Amino acid sequence: MRAIDRKLLRDARRLKSQLVAIALVMACGVGAFLMAVSASRSLEATQAAYYERAAFAHVFAQCKRAPLSLADRVREVPGVAAVDPRVVVSVNLDLPGMFEPAAGLIVSIPEREEPVLNRLHLRRGRLPQPGRPGEVVVSEAFAEAHGMNPGFTFGAVINGRLERLSVVGVALSPEFVYSLRPGGFVPDDRRYGVMWMRRDQLAPSFDLDGAFNNLAVAVSPGASEAAIIDAIDRLTAPYGGESAYGRSEQVSHRYVTDELSQLRNMVRVTPPVFLAVAAMLINIVISRLVRTQREQIALLRAFGYTQADVGRHFLALVAMVGALGALLGIVLGATMGSLLTGLYVRFFRFPELRYHMEVWVALLAVGVTIGAACLGAGWSVLRAMRLAPADAMRPEAPAVYRPSIVERLGLDRTLWPSAKMVLRHLQRHKVRTAVSMLGVAATVAILTLGSFVNDAIDTLIDLEFHTAQRQDVLVTFNEPRSTRALHELRAAPGVIAAEPFRVVPARLWNGPRLRREALQGVPADAELRRVVDHRFREVPIPPDGLVISAGLAELLDARAGDELFVETLEGQRPTLRVRVHRIVENYVGTGAYIDMDALNRAMGQGPTLSGAALTVDAAAAARLYNELKHTPGVATVTIKRAALESFEQTLAENLLTMRLFNLAFACVIAVGVVYNTARILYAERAHELATLRVLGFYRTEIAGIFLGELAVVTLVALPVGMAAGYALCGAATWAMQTETHRIPFVVAGRTLAFAGTVVLLVATTTAMFVRQDLDRLNLIEVLKART
Amino acid sequence: MPSGRATTRPPAGTAAFSARGVTKVYRMGEVEVRALDGVDLDLFAGEFVVLLGPSGSGKSTLLNILGGLDVPTSGTVRYRDHDLSRLDDRALTRFRREHVGFVFQFYNLVPSLTARENVALVTDISADPMPADEALSLVGLGERMDSFPAQLSGGEQQRVAIARAVAKRPDVLLCDEPTGALDVKTGKVVLRAIARANEQLGTTAVVITHNAAIAAIADRVVHLSGGRVARVETNTSRMSTDDLSW
Ligand SMILES: Nc1ncnc2c1ncn2[C@@H]1O[C@H](COP(=O)(O)OP(=O)(O)OP(=O)(O)O)[C@@H](O)[C@H]1O
Ligand SMILES: [Mg+2]
Repeated sequence: MRAIDRKLLRDARRLKSQLVAIALVMACGVGAFLMAVSASRSLEATQAAYYERAAFAHVFAQCKRAPLSLADRVREVPGVAAVDPRVVVSVNLDLPGMFEPAAGLIVSIPEREEPVLNRLHLRRGRLPQPGRPGEVVVSEAFAEAHGMNPGFTFGAVINGRLERLSVVGVALSPEFVYSLRPGGFVPDDRRYGVMWMRRDQLAPSFDLDGAFNNLAVAVSPGASEAAIIDAIDRLTAPYGGESAYGRSEQVSHRYVTDELSQLRNMVRVTPPVFLAVAAMLINIVISRLVRTQREQIALLRAFGYTQADVGRHFLALVAMVGALGALLGIVLGATMGSLLTGLYVRFFRFPELRYHMEVWVALLAVGVTIGAACLGAGWSVLRAMRLAPADAMRPEAPAVYRPSIVERLGLDRTLWPSAKMVLRHLQRHKVRTAVSMLGVAATVAILTLGSFVNDAIDTLIDLEFHTAQRQDVLVTFNEPRSTRALHELRAAPGVIAAEPFRVVPARLWNGPRLRREALQGVPADAELRRVVDHRFREVPIPPDGLVISAGLAELLDARAGDELFVETLEGQRPTLRVRVHRIVENYVGTGAYIDMDALNRAMGQGPTLSGAALTVDAAAAARLYNELKHTPGVATVTIKRAALESFEQTLAENLLTMRLFNLAFACVIAVGVVYNTARILYAERAHELATLRVLGFYRTEIAGIFLGELAVVTLVALPVGMAAGYALCGAATWAMQTETHRIPFVVAGRTLAFAGTVVLLVATTTAMFVRQDLDRLNLIEVLKART
Repeated sequence: MPSGRATTRPPAGTAAFSARGVTKVYRMGEVEVRALDGVDLDLFAGEFVVLLGPSGSGKSTLLNILGGLDVPTSGTVRYRDHDLSRLDDRALTRFRREHVGFVFQFYNLVPSLTARENVALVTDISADPMPADEALSLVGLGERMDSFPAQLSGGEQQRVAIARAVAKRPDVLLCDEPTGALDVKTGKVVLRAIARANEQLGTTAVVITHNAAIAAIADRVVHLSGGRVARVETNTSRMSTDDLSW
């Protein structure tokens, strides 16, 4: 080994704890990057493979009742590869041990064979036997939530009659990787399940013998999906067809895809912050190293080492840190990536979710990390290379101190000399002070970012569940009903108030732009289900005209005052021209709201409702639920409290995991920054502080000076970090928004306080750790040395 | 434990320090270095003592022990009624704070503080200090009080160090090669400042030097050799610093 390399290793060993701290910060950045990238790529690959294997359909269409022969005509449409005409119905379920109603979706499979599209992947048991009544296969999520196994039986209200279903198998379907009940935010597998039955057992109960009400269509490679959708719409229109749609509007597919894009977006915010902090730390450590080694560098140059040798020497040290950081980061990223992928398994039901990290991704991370490290060190290394041997032999000119800004402002009279020492020293090392402050601020910002999602969700819950939806129970009917149904509901046990609503599926056109969207008919004096904007303000619905959500406005490129062309997809299917009266800012989903009476008039109907919102006397709830379970025509019963609970529980678990990651990451940054700052400070100040000890200062007093400097750095950084965190949250809400969902940009005071407190604690602990060295200062040693 | 700050100085002629059998052993693995090997010595209040001896003879070690920077391996060092060899770190710090002024070869000024503030550093924590300006005038630096160390010459820096040491009116002034890094002329100015503190404030002064000529300005000269007191000379008359030459 060459002597210069030996020096490198000795330097590295001497600085090891500082360098390791920096490598850890890098590892967090690399880890976060690899976690997000590898998890999203694993999920993508899993999704693609599963869709392929299970022949997931490309286009879906719903209609009232179409003869099976229509399916053959669809099959003839150019570009259509396969068609599966199905019966898909929603039913109310009567599950053992649940007094609340649960809903189910039953999808038919062919009488004898397996489905050609959306093939089932059996986890347990078998498919229903042809001709055997009451046999169903249930989705795995639903089965798990109820501990169902083959042999389990439960009741379902099928077309008004309570029938017993018996589970023969548990399966997965590409259509329901993510299963969400209509109107839900998160899966609620206890109250909503998907099941499959042979069509001959299902169709007669719904008067769909020899007919279908749902189409799944596979498109040949290269064929135009839009053209096929158009063709299908034309064919199904006479049979009550609702507009066909592609995968992009299929609930399960869209959620999985949205989740993947959010995961990819995560990469844009956190990892760069970590790498930047690590680069800054490298900068302060290497610039100090170069400063203290001036004479050694000069000596090397005098002996004939070239500039390049000197540059290589220091860059090698930096590359070592980068490599260590990248290596740890890969391990961390792989661990967290597979953990995260595991988390997804609970929501995304794939037959198998295989986690893998591609080599090129890992190599990319290594390259970027070493690059960032070298960038951080660049300037100092250049300075080392440029040192003229003769210059460097002389010790660096003594540091020039000046009265600090505080003093020049005339505020110094009250300052003790020790306070002046702190301020002047900070000012003398402006760059390093700034870097340290930025580092600490970054920690505060990252912590804020990690916690604000809670605030956002609280706001969402408050808005959705407490301000907009004030009902206890939401009931929807299979078919639009007359006001008699409303009176019946009002007379049901425990019902205090019932408010009707009307929903009509439609296609909205603004010029060439099209969007499938249900028109929501809101009664004039709505009290229970109201339209509320993102500022919690109720939005009145005009007697004529539409109120549409901002997301929908964007999709349609519509502005207030524009006239939309509305093709309704129910009953007589009248087409309407409606003016957009107002655009309402909201967070979740898209919506088009219209006065209920106006909607009914436009549909050529008298007072009609699609469902009702109820307030319920809790004492009588059980009786009400029981009655609703057995009421024909009731499609779904949604209990708000239950929905809220499942929402909060699901999110709480996920958020907790993410917050713990974030907390750990932020602590690593805080330790890395404070530790390096403290170490360098210590190296620079040891001599001075020892002198003070000789002059009769107590340990606590010099510790005060030492810690004072760190305290100033930290305390100034806190508000800066909070402001940066606020901005970062803004960036994150922007990065995480999808076409239809946005996250409220709310940062609560307690979130900022939490971030500040954590950083203060970590900084204090780290500083106290370094402070211990102050107690071991060798006074006599110090006095022998020239400064 | 030391009492509170002495309001009265020990009368001249009484022993301020008395060292008995003071031994300091440094152990480095197998090797033992006896820096001090049974030193017996009394230093009297108000006297000016010069410590002479070859390099490695234990001068600095002795001075550091007298000043409470270090403790002997064995033997006792009494400063008036305190046994320095038995004090813990905190009590030693308090002893230094209340009674001792130090001056070192390399000045050891705080670079981020001006001359005046370097002095104030000490006067702020003493019970009965002289104003910083006065201490600086005493060493002839009344004009440069607001300069930072980097803006002062070596001799000026050393005088600031002396001002810093005397400003708290210490009972003893301990100087380890205060002129070591200075030329003759500047060295004399520095020595004059020490002598002045000794005469005008009655401070006991102990000065280590390699320069035998300086011994002429002392009341007594202590010769160390191999960690022992080789001999002690008493000058019948002290030379003025102005008449020194080397
Ligand atoms: N920390 C230490 N560890 C080991 N040995 C030490 C230590 N400090 C001093 N010594 C040894 O103790 C002896 C006395 O040292 P001291 O510094 O007192 O000498 P000195 O008389 O002041 O010399 P000089 O005139 O060169 O300053 C020397 O041999 C030295 O090597
Ligand atoms: Mg010495």
